Amino acid sequence: MTLEKPGFIDPVAEAQACFRLVLRTMSSPGQIVTLATDVATPPLAPATAAVLLTLVDAEVSLWLDEPLADSWDWLAFHAGVVRAADIGTAAFLCTTALPPLADVFAGTDDAPETGATIILQVPALDGGPKLTLYGPGLETPIVIAPQGLPADFIAQWEQNHRLFPRGVDLLLCAGSSFCALPRSVRIGEG
Amino acid sequence: MNGYNFAYLDEPTKRMIRRAILKAVAIPGHQVPFGAREMPLPYGWGTGGIQVTAAILGADDVLKVIDQGADDTTNAVSIRRFFSHVAGVETTTRTRDATVIQTRHRIPETPLTGDQILVYQVPLPEPLAKLEPSRAETKQMHALADYGLMHVKLYEDIARFGHVTISYDYPVMVNGRYLMSPSPIPAFDTLKMNRMPALQLFGAGREKRIYAVPPYTTVRPLDFDDHPFSLTRAPHACALCGATNSYLDEVVTDDRGSRMFVCSDTDYCADRRGEMEGDAS
Repeated sequence: MTLEKPGFIDPVAEAQACFRLVLRTMSSPGQIVTLATDVATPPLAPATAAVLLTLVDAEVSLWLDEPLADSWDWLAFHAGVVRAADIGTAAFLCTTALPPLADVFAGTDDAPETGATIILQVPALDGGPKLTLYGPGLETPIVIAPQGLPADFIAQWEQNHRLFPRGVDLLLCAGSSFCALPRSVRIGEG
Repeated sequence: MNGYNFAYLDEPTKRMIRRAILKAVAIPGHQVPFGAREMPLPYGWGTGGIQVTAAILGADDVLKVIDQGADDTTNAVSIRRFFSHVAGVETTTRTRDATVIQTRHRIPETPLTGDQILVYQVPLPEPLAKLEPSRAETKQMHALADYGLMHVKLYEDIARFGHVTISYDYPVMVNGRYLMSPSPIPAFDTLKMNRMPALQLFGAGREKRIYAVPPYTTVRPLDFDDHPFSLTRAPHACALCGATNSYLDEVVTDDRGSRMFVCSDTDYCADRRGEMEGDAS
């Protein structure tokens, strides 16, 4: 048996601090927040690991893609997560490559909150193609340029937004930073 | 705070509430069900708001609690004491100093900023409940964005009385999609919700639902082009601070029918009186 790497050292305070940052970026889409955290367990980046420990437990199902599969034991030990059978039934997905958004559960018309949350680990939150965000939470449109999104991301997101209030919500994590794209935002190029 | 987890709730409960809050923020105005816990005070005393506050609160937060605008009434005092006891957080009565403001039935007069979160205590989260008692039916109406019933209610008010007779809990449309109860705030406060820089979270404990309005989100009172929403306010100045733009409480001062009108927001009123004293000296 191998000893798992530690999770949060102070679970109550660290989960709260991380949650408030998630809440901030979910409320102000595209705003990049940075978490001071020691929790790191490759292949999960610190932000990815902290967000998972903050939001996921035995009450929700999680799907990990292949490059992150080594993290199952760590997540099972610290969060008691339940493995989702496939992409379409997972409440949370944590991936290094965005699955086709149409394959992910988007909730129902009368319970849109059951739509999944995707935690996407990307190489960096800047230096990629520019995306302009519009919508609730934004006083004026904001431009972000994350790397690691698929080439047809804007078209996929357009489809996702068209389902509103159904849809999936996206968190982009890189290093110790992350930002959110809730289903309510619209995205334009440049 | 011995014997309690930080902020009273256990961590799995907080996580469940946090997940509900995030989905509520992603779908502005939509009521997200959550597993409301039994709290050490009865339903109707703000258990929904308290659970939302407990799930977001951190050791660095400064908490303000108001009840109908006042910091010094029973509900506000006991909730403030509850959190200073179980979370050890700093509390304040000053709107400007607070990072989290829990409110029962008012929005502070002082404009809120993007660094603040306003948590509403909500008795009846379903805006259509008085018109359609079945939750199964109202869920369907929200799913279809079918709010004709509420338009008929407003129309009938106008046809009978010449104006809409809703003076508090005035139904609003959020982000052009969901009809939402703003909680029983006076209609006077409704317009403050529109594009507010602060995040607004709503917790209903007995009804077990959480909903939210993100910052800078459009919130429009439901009305008609030829009968636009209009603000009503008692035609008086505050008897204590002289404010002519604040929401007023009518206070009976003796048993012979004397009365005075004073600001319902005690911090706003005290602030203005402090400024006046400062000017005089």
